Amino acid sequence: MRPVAEAAPVDLARRREVVAALRAFLPEASVLFDEEDVKPYECDGLSAYRQLPMVVALPETEEQVCRILRTCHGMRVPVVARGAGTGLSGGALPLGNGVLLSLAKFMRIVEVDPQARSARVQPGVRNLAISEAAAPLGLYYAPDPSSQIACTIGGNVAENSGGVHCLKYGLTVHNLLKLRVATIEGGIVEIGSEGLDAAGYDLLALMTGSEGLLGVVTEVTVKLLPDPEFAQVVMAAFDDVGKAGNAVANVIAAGIIPAGLEMMDQAATRAVEDFAHAGYRTDVAAILLCESDGTQEEVADEIRRIQDVMEKSGALQTQVSRDEAERLRFWAGRKAAFPAVGSISPDYYCMDGTIPRKRVGEVLRRITELEKKYGLRCANVFHAGDGNLHPLILYDANQPGELQRTEAFGGEILELCLQVGGTITGEHGVGVEKINQMCVQFGSLELETFHAIKRAFDEHELLNPGKAVPTLHRCAEFGRMHVHAGREKFPDLPRF
Amino acid sequence: MDYEPTELVITARAGTPLAEIEAALREKGQMLVFEPPRFGYLPSPLAPLPGLGEGNIEPAAPEKRIATLGGCIAAGLSGPRRAYAGAVRDFVLGVRLLDGKGSDLRFGGQVMKNVAGYDVSRLMAGSLGTLGVLLEVSLKVLPLPATEATLKLQCIEREAIAMMNEWAGKPLPITATAYCDGDLGVRLSGARTAVAAAIKKLGGIPVEPGQAERFWNGIREQTDPFFATGLPLWRLSMKPTTPPLNLPGKQLIEWGGALRWLKSEADAKTVRDAATYGGGHATLFRDGNKSAGVFHPLAPALLKIHQRLKQTLDPAGILNPGRMYHSF
Repeated sequence: MRPVAEAAPVDLARRREVVAALRAFLPEASVLFDEEDVKPYECDGLSAYRQLPMVVALPETEEQVCRILRTCHGMRVPVVARGAGTGLSGGALPLGNGVLLSLAKFMRIVEVDPQARSARVQPGVRNLAISEAAAPLGLYYAPDPSSQIACTIGGNVAENSGGVHCLKYGLTVHNLLKLRVATIEGGIVEIGSEGLDAAGYDLLALMTGSEGLLGVVTEVTVKLLPDPEFAQVVMAAFDDVGKAGNAVANVIAAGIIPAGLEMMDQAATRAVEDFAHAGYRTDVAAILLCESDGTQEEVADEIRRIQDVMEKSGALQTQVSRDEAERLRFWAGRKAAFPAVGSISPDYYCMDGTIPRKRVGEVLRRITELEKKYGLRCANVFHAGDGNLHPLILYDANQPGELQRTEAFGGEILELCLQVGGTITGEHGVGVEKINQMCVQFGSLELETFHAIKRAFDEHELLNPGKAVPTLHRCAEFGRMHVHAGREKFPDLPRF
Repeated sequence: MDYEPTELVITARAGTPLAEIEAALREKGQMLVFEPPRFGYLPSPLAPLPGLGEGNIEPAAPEKRIATLGGCIAAGLSGPRRAYAGAVRDFVLGVRLLDGKGSDLRFGGQVMKNVAGYDVSRLMAGSLGTLGVLLEVSLKVLPLPATEATLKLQCIEREAIAMMNEWAGKPLPITATAYCDGDLGVRLSGARTAVAAAIKKLGGIPVEPGQAERFWNGIREQTDPFFATGLPLWRLSMKPTTPPLNLPGKQLIEWGGALRWLKSEADAKTVRDAATYGGGHATLFRDGNKSAGVFHPLAPALLKIHQRLKQTLDPAGILNPGRMYHSF
């Protein structure tokens, strides 16, 4: 893997000043700067981008977080907040002239309220740990990103993380009640309330998915939902991806909102089957997993209807999980898709566009054409119910030029998503990774508005600068025009 | 209007009457699941809802106030289903708007999952036209439930609050609750089998469907007799488990305990202190003395962020100034 080309050398005099300022109120062990100590923080889940931070700060209390921010604000030092570092878009990539603010020590579940069905937790608590703590009460936290065993709730808020159940149960933004947020000036604001809405503007929505550019979350109150009584999954096999795509639309048209609706193409099922032995057919073009949850009666009824729709949509075969073990086995394959693809290729690059469901067949066909154009293979796993695609481009970073070809391939997939009326990122965030494609998705006026919103929270642009929103200058250099829903601004002008 | 039932998305211009949108959805078996109030557009109680029957809704007289999509988003109000299905903001997918400088801007989109850029679309919900003029909105829609049933139980307020919270922690297909004067109404929606099973679990007296529809509509549109008199009407949004509020006047409780409507002459400070105690906020919704402000005061740090955001999107302060808070 390559380091970031412009990785800046650390300014030693500046580092000494910052370390001294932070050590004035933090224990020595909470301020790291030696290369070997800060090395573990050089990248997040997008390991193609690496940069050593100038300093790593590991606060333990909200007061310390505020003082760190106040200090950095005073010294004009940029700050990048980080949870577990599992993000896939480089949102937690450090800065060579900045402080990496790790919230890893904020691991306490402060309160679980079974009557009000909410949990108040610190930002470093793992997503799955919330559901584990709520399980004895028959409750759980719904958003379940595939990294839920490791990713933290603070990171989930920053990225507005999704998961396989969000068509029915919503994204992070739909499952939050309240945040405590430290501002760059070192103050605390409470956003949201213990009720279902709050006075003033919906800052909870604005903060969720803001990729650490507006504030640092120090406490999160989430909603908990009752465990469904029962769940079953239908697995359906198709000889054509277009038919599988139509089956997805037909399920929705039948008035069914499944608890999960996932699709995998043949490249993905082959990799998964060798790796996880989930019982998938590998001789078919695509399979769908469609889950129903609710009461026994509801599930029995819905599963029958789902099976019926799949068969009428041309499924070669449908199979209903016979027991909980089989249901989990069917899902284990889908959940192992990324590592399975990792096992058949030295490297892979995960994309995250969202498209209207009806364009699935067409988009997958065009991805197949792009595979030929770039001479690279691509396996597709797909949150089909939401239209959220995860094409996994297989490559070998040790082959000269392959990473560059992969990035160009990925860029074309994202622009394809925009052409069919979709978006460049459904749940992984923009980070550093998709910053160029933001120039295609948004016009300069929208980008200027985003920058102005950032300055409303962070006047000197010290929180995670350079991520999520490109400068207009960068867009001019990238040289790609803003295209809205397939329409150019001046469609009648000839372009060469 | 651009509507794709299999995409679960409807996009319409801001001036589109809500009635038109709801009729188009109903024809395809879908709905705005947050049940926005239409204050001003009211189907007559005995007429079938638009899209069903023969369309015998009286055509609205031009002088009648007709609720529009843009107004619905800007007001940010949600109806009885909110506690169980989500609020307006939860269903906003994208907007096109004019900011205070006259820039024509698009945020979000027409897909379910989209994390590109700040979520300006949802920020518009409930912003009362102070941040931009909405031109076009895309919303997520959902299927109509196969069946609905309403039950009525008799209990005291404390029991009602406890029951509503206990039910919400169980996998029951509840989509609305309302308590007033010793009567607790519960609406169940979903598959026939699931609703039937829940009726057995909850007990109570089944309400005749026409009467149930009128009851929930009366709460959604505030035509229920509770809302009739001229006393100041307060809206207290708070933690659902908050015990009965010891305030003078009359109350109607919705949203599983999370919304308390209060008709009372109590002074603003008393009401706001009660809301703060319940972890929430109080709005002087209708009538009364507005000198203490309509909306719950914001903490200074939060107010500063509001002022800066307003300044960002409307630097000249021309969009509905003072509508939300006096200072912007």
